[in-house]
Amino acid sequence: MIRAHPANKIEIAGLTVSYGGKTVLQDLDLEVRRNEILAIIGPANSGKTTLLKCINRTIEFIPGARVRGSIKIDGEEVHQIRDVFRLRRRIGMVFPLPVGLPMTVHDNVAYAPRLMGIRGRTELEAIVEKCLRQAALWDEVKDRLKTLGTKLSGGQQQRLTIARALSHRPEILCLDEFSIAVDPVTTMRIEDVLLELKSEMTIILVTNLVQQARRLGDRTAFLNNGNLVEVDRNEVVFSDQPANRLTYEYVQGVFG
Amino acid sequence: MVGWIYLCGVSSIIFVFSIFFFVFREGAPFLRDRFDFKEFFFSPEWYPNSDLNKRYGALALILGTASVTLFAMLIAVPFGLGAAIFISEFCAGKFKEALKITIEILAAIPSVVWGFIGLMVMSPLIIWATGAPVGLNVLNGGIVVALMSLPVIVSISEDALKAVPDTFREAALALGATRWQVIYKVLLPAAKNGLLAAALLGVGRAVGETMAVYMTTGHSVNIPFDSRFPLFHPLQSVRTLTATIAAELGEAPHLHPDPSGNYPPEAHHYQVLFVIGILLFAITFAINLTADLVVKGIRRKG
Repeated sequence: MIRAHPANKIEIAGLTVSYGGKTVLQDLDLEVRRNEILAIIGPANSGKTTLLKCINRTIEFIPGARVRGSIKIDGEEVHQIRDVFRLRRRIGMVFPLPVGLPMTVHDNVAYAPRLMGIRGRTELEAIVEKCLRQAALWDEVKDRLKTLGTKLSGGQQQRLTIARALSHRPEILCLDEFSIAVDPVTTMRIEDVLLELKSEMTIILVTNLVQQARRLGDRTAFLNNGNLVEVDRNEVVFSDQPANRLTYEYVQGVFG
Repeated sequence: MVGWIYLCGVSSIIFVFSIFFFVFREGAPFLRDRFDFKEFFFSPEWYPNSDLNKRYGALALILGTASVTLFAMLIAVPFGLGAAIFISEFCAGKFKEALKITIEILAAIPSVVWGFIGLMVMSPLIIWATGAPVGLNVLNGGIVVALMSLPVIVSISEDALKAVPDTFREAALALGATRWQVIYKVLLPAAKNGLLAAALLGVGRAVGETMAVYMTTGHSVNIPFDSRFPLFHPLQSVRTLTATIAAELGEAPHLHPDPSGNYPPEAHHYQVLFVIGILLFAITFAINLTADLVVKGIRRKG
């Protein structure tokens, strides 16, 4: 494996994405460092979600989507990876709205490990418990692991989604506005979890809560209209003098 | 104006009840004077025209309908489900539209044309392939009815699969599932009510089909049973409930009662055909109601 920059987990260069002629990401250069939380902020339609979809290549399922440029994970070009399913198992993905798959709580979390070929019951149970604990959900569902995941409340389902995203021990965890459907208290608990997980994995946190980016991020990237306006350490982005005036205005709530 | 619209709206209810009333009224004298539960449901002796020994056992007819329906569904349900999965998950754009329109055209082919195909194409093929003495049998009818009920099965299954939110697919894919793993473990369980409803409506279609079945099953009162086969022998000719009505209603005399209200025995033939009609009505009603409840079940949960 080539490791040109060992500090960088992901290196994105010249990434341009368009949907049927409409450009949603324009010539994006960005790197994500190992074991950091990179927060990505920006108004709606700035291309944040698209960026995540490019990383795990689920963008391929969107008809009419065209992707150019390069994304490297550990120096390996993502779109040249043959076994795309293995790639996706290296990345955990949490979506804005909770998606409890139509199976039991236990099976939701055991789904990905099973896909990886883990069959042992005790082993699966251990994984399920560990992930549910990490997602701050274990105490609430430990007595009803056999109920349908879709029967849980919205906030619980979102934590279930996070547990599921952790279940295949991803190297990269992508969260796309995970707190939309979660109450503030639970959000805080999940945020604590993320700070702990940082030592084990690289985290990309897409959020439209500027304060959340400020609290959690090591660095923050600001996307606007498909352009990367600025990416820097939080101390700079949230200071009075970020490199770009637009960043300052967005962070201060002048627009967006 | 509102009155007209109202009338249009409730007319379908009026029609259904009028039809039921009419069918029931014609069959009622038989139910009153001659109907014997044991004979009707458990005797294969169907001799409505015999002068000395009139028998009204519908068992063979019921099993004829059951066998054709069963064979049709054995073919149509897996095939239709496969087609729906293909259309919903593996096709896009113009090809998808073309496929859906073609399947709808399949529904527009008149049933007598299907019967003709069964008679002239399938029958020789079956004789050639199986060496059966007659090509008009359960297998022939089953295949034809399967093709006829495919459109409803495909389109309702496809609707059910389409109703599964894309977020489910995305979530499963993001976990590293292959397309097939998504289909098996996520889509089919999520859409199972709709798929069940599709199969039930297919059954309803198969039970009610008349002309094509009349032309392709050989129309012989026979229980298609053979100890070598677990259920029904596919190469035996049968006669279905619907085909019996279609074939015999024209020749059964429609007689009126004498002044004291009693019918002559010859009148029972006409009446028993309406009792068969009531039976068919009950079967299709039960199937449609079940399918309806199943579909409503999804909506409530969804």
